[in-house]
Amino acid sequence: MIDFNLSDNDKKMLDYVRTEALVARKYARYYDENEAEFPPEALDEADDYPGAWSMMAGRTSEDSGQSVIGMLITMAENWGDYSVRMRKGRGVGLGNAALGASGTEEQRTKWGGLLLSMAITEPGCGSDPSLVQTTAVLDEETNEWVLNGEKIFVTTGCRSDGVVMWATLDRSAGRAGIKSFLVEKGAPGFQVSHKEKKLGIRADDTATYVFTDCRIPRENLLGGKEEIPKAGSGGFRGVMKTFNMTRPMTAAFGLGMSKASLDFTREQLEGAGIDLSYGADVHGLSAAAAKFQSLEALQEAAELTVLHAAYLSDQGEPNNLEASISKAKGGSAVRTITQGCIELLGPMGASREHLLEKWFRDVRITDIYEGTGQIQNLIIARTILEYDRSQLS
Amino acid sequence: MISFGLTEEQEVVREAMREFAVDIFREAARDADEESALPADVLNTVWELGLTSTQLPESVGGGGEARSPITNAIILEELAFGDPAMAIAATAPSLFAFAINDFGTDDQKQAHLPRFCGDKFAAATVAVAEPSPVFDVANLQTTAQAKGDGFVLSGRKHFVVLGDRAEQFLVLARTEQATGTGLDAIDAFIVPRDAAGLTISEVEKNLGMKALPTVALTLEQVELPAEARLGGSDGIDGARLIAQMRTASAALRVGVSRAVKEYAIPYAKDRHAFGEAIAQKQAIAFTLSDMEIEVNSMRWLTWKAAAALESLEDATQPALFASTYTARECMKIADNGLQVLGGHGFIREHPVELWYRAARTLTVLDAVAAV
Ligand SMILES: Cc1cc2nc3c(=O)[nH]c(=O)nc-3n(C[C@H](O)[C@H](O)[C@H](O)COP(=O)(O)OP(=O)(O)OC[C@H]3O[C@@H](n4cnc5c(N)ncnc54)[C@H](O)[C@@H]3O)c2cc1C
Repeated sequence: MIDFNLSDNDKKMLDYVRTEALVARKYARYYDENEAEFPPEALDEADDYPGAWSMMAGRTSEDSGQSVIGMLITMAENWGDYSVRMRKGRGVGLGNAALGASGTEEQRTKWGGLLLSMAITEPGCGSDPSLVQTTAVLDEETNEWVLNGEKIFVTTGCRSDGVVMWATLDRSAGRAGIKSFLVEKGAPGFQVSHKEKKLGIRADDTATYVFTDCRIPRENLLGGKEEIPKAGSGGFRGVMKTFNMTRPMTAAFGLGMSKASLDFTREQLEGAGIDLSYGADVHGLSAAAAKFQSLEALQEAAELTVLHAAYLSDQGEPNNLEASISKAKGGSAVRTITQGCIELLGPMGASREHLLEKWFRDVRITDIYEGTGQIQNLIIARTILEYDRSQLS
Repeated sequence: MISFGLTEEQEVVREAMREFAVDIFREAARDADEESALPADVLNTVWELGLTSTQLPESVGGGGEARSPITNAIILEELAFGDPAMAIAATAPSLFAFAINDFGTDDQKQAHLPRFCGDKFAAATVAVAEPSPVFDVANLQTTAQAKGDGFVLSGRKHFVVLGDRAEQFLVLARTEQATGTGLDAIDAFIVPRDAAGLTISEVEKNLGMKALPTVALTLEQVELPAEARLGGSDGIDGARLIAQMRTASAALRVGVSRAVKEYAIPYAKDRHAFGEAIAQKQAIAFTLSDMEIEVNSMRWLTWKAAAALESLEDATQPALFASTYTARECMKIADNGLQVLGGHGFIREHPVELWYRAARTLTVLDAVAAV
C-alpha cells in the first residue's frame, strides 16, 4: 500500500539521529576552515549516543525497509554536517558498499569491519571507467597480484583502513578486463601520495594513491573470478551494481545539506517577517515565499526519488534506472536549492558567519562524484531508449 | 512505513484505466479537439466504469468502497494519459459528488448523492476559478451574505467544467460565517442550474482541451436557503477540499507528461538526421531522460499528497507542492516534447501540439478534478 507515514520506530530513530547530528554541526565550521586537520573519530559529547545503525535491530514490518530508513538516516546525519558520517569503524565507506555488492561471503566477513575507500578514478579517466590504466598482473609463483598505477580523488583515502580499487588484467579487453581488488593500508608498494584542497566537504579527506609493484594476496580479487568474461557478457555490469545503492546514498548526502539550507533560510525569512505559510496560490504569495516554496517542493521531489530507489531495493526489485534518476535529480536539486537559498537571503547568505555558504560549497560535489549528472542522464536515456553504449555514448 | 507499492486492486484498476484511456479517449482525442465537442456518448461509456458511484456509500446506492484519494490519483493519471479533456469531463461529477460525500450533512447526502448512483451520466460540477489575472483560491472574491436563514451569493466564475449541462453547481465563496482566513474561509454552496440571478455563459473558447466544455457563471444576488450551504452550519474544511483538487490536477499533469514522453521516445528513435537516429544525439537523449526523471518526481509528489489526504492528515502543504511542481514540469515536458518533433510537432497531425495547448491550460487550473 502506498504510504508516506513514518512508523513510531522510524520517527524515534530519526529524531535521535538529528539530535546527534546537531552535535556534529558544532564542529562543521572548524573543520571547514582547518582542512589540514582530521575531525576526531568520535566526539566526546556524542559518547552517550549508541549510533543509529545499532538501533536497526528490533524493527518490525510496520517500520520502513532497511534501505529506506538507511537513506533517511543518511539525510538526517548530513543535515547536521557532512563530516559526521566520516566517523570511523562503521563499515560505511564507499568501498564497503562495493565489498557488499561484489565480495564473496568469506571476503565480506573478513573485511567488513574495515573502513574502505573506493578508487576508480585516475588522472586520465573519470566518467569513462573502461579507460582504467592501472594494471594487475598475477604472479603465479607467489600467488600475488602485482598492481601498478595511480588513483586520484579517493574519498576518505587518508583515513581508510584499505581500499577497493579497479585495475585491468588486460587493457585490450576494455571493460571486461577490469576487476576490483582489496588493498589494505601497509601493503608493500602502496603509497598515499597527496591530499587535495577542495571547494567543499573539506572535513572529508580526498587522497591520491600510487601503486608501484604493489603486492597483494591472490584472494584479494573481489568475487574471486579471475577469468576475463567475453565482451558483452555482463561481467562489468556486476561491478557497476555497486552503484545501485551508492547513487541514491550520494544524493541523500547532498539532500541532507540542502534540507539544512532550507531550514536555515526559512528561519531567517520568517524572522524578517515574511509569511511562508502554505495555502495561497502563487498570486497570493510574496515573491520570496513563492521562490522558497518552489525550492521546498524541489527538495521533496528529489527526496522521494531517493526513497523510491531504496524502496525497490528493499523489495528485491531491480533499481538501476531509479538509482540513476535519484542521483541525477538529487545532484541537480541540491545545486538549485542552495544557490536559491543564498539568492533569497542576499549578502547575509554569502557570509561565512553562517553555514549556508558552506552547504552551498559542500553540496556541489553531489552532481559530480559517483557518476556526474550527465553520466546519470546517459544511463537513464539508454534505459528508456533501449540503447546500448554503441548507440548512445 | 514508507512504501511505493500499489495494492493488488490498484494494480488492476490502473491496468484497466490505462487500456480504457488509450482505446477510448486517445482514439477520439484529435477529432474531439478539432470539433470542440466531446464525442457522442463518451460520457455514458465512462459512466459504466463507476468512477464516481463506487466510492459513494451504500446508503445512497453507491458501491460503498472506501474513499481512496490514492486510487483516484492513479485513475486520473491514466485517464489523462489518454486525453486530459475527456478525463476531466468524465470525472467532473466526482468533483461535486465527492465534496457532498466528504463535507455534506446527512440530509445533503440523501438529497444529492443518489443521482450519481444511477445508470446515466449525472452532470454536476464545482465552480472555483474567477476571471481575474491575480486569482488566488485563498482569496475568493465571490461572496455569500447571510440573509434571514439563507444566503445571497454574488460574484463571477469561469472555467466551470461541464457547466453547459450541469444540473447543479457547487460554488465556492467566502462567507462572513466562515472562520479564519485563507483556505479556511472558503465555503461551498449548492446552486441549482435554474437559480434566479444565475447567468450561465455560452461554452467558453479556450486554448487547450477544446473538447472540454467550460462556462462562465455570473451570480447576481442569487438567493439560497440555509441548506444550500455545504456542511450546514459547520461549513466545510476548505483547506481539505482545495488539497483534493490540487492533488487531482497534479495527477492529471503526470498523465499528460507521460503521454508526451511516451510519444516522443519512439519518434526520436525512428527519426534520422546526420546519419543516426536523433535519439542518439545527446541533446535529444538528455531531453528525454529529463522527462523520465520529472515524470517520476511528479508522480511521487502527487502520491504523497494523495496519501496525506487518504490518512486524513492536513494535506495543504503536500498538495501545494504537488500542484506547483507538476504545473511547472508538465509545461516544460510538453514544450520539450514539441521540440523533439521539430516542425512536425507544430503540425496538428501529431498529438503533441494538442498536449502543448492542454498543458498550458491544465497547468494554470487547479480545480478541475478531485481525488
Ligand atoms: C571530492 C571528490 C571525491 C571523489 N571521490 C571519489 C572516490 O572516492 N573514488 C573514485 O573513484 N572517484 C572519486 N571521485 C572522482 C569522480 O567520480 C570523478 O571526478 C567523476 O566521475 C568525473 O570524472 P572526471 O572528473 O574525470 O570528469 P570527466 O570525465 O573529465 O568529465 C568532465 C565533464 O564531461 C562530462 N562528460 C564526460 N563524459 C560524458 C559523456 N559521455 N556525455 C556527456 N558528458 C560527458 C562530465 O559529465 C563532466 O561534466 C571524486 C571526485 C571528487 C572531486
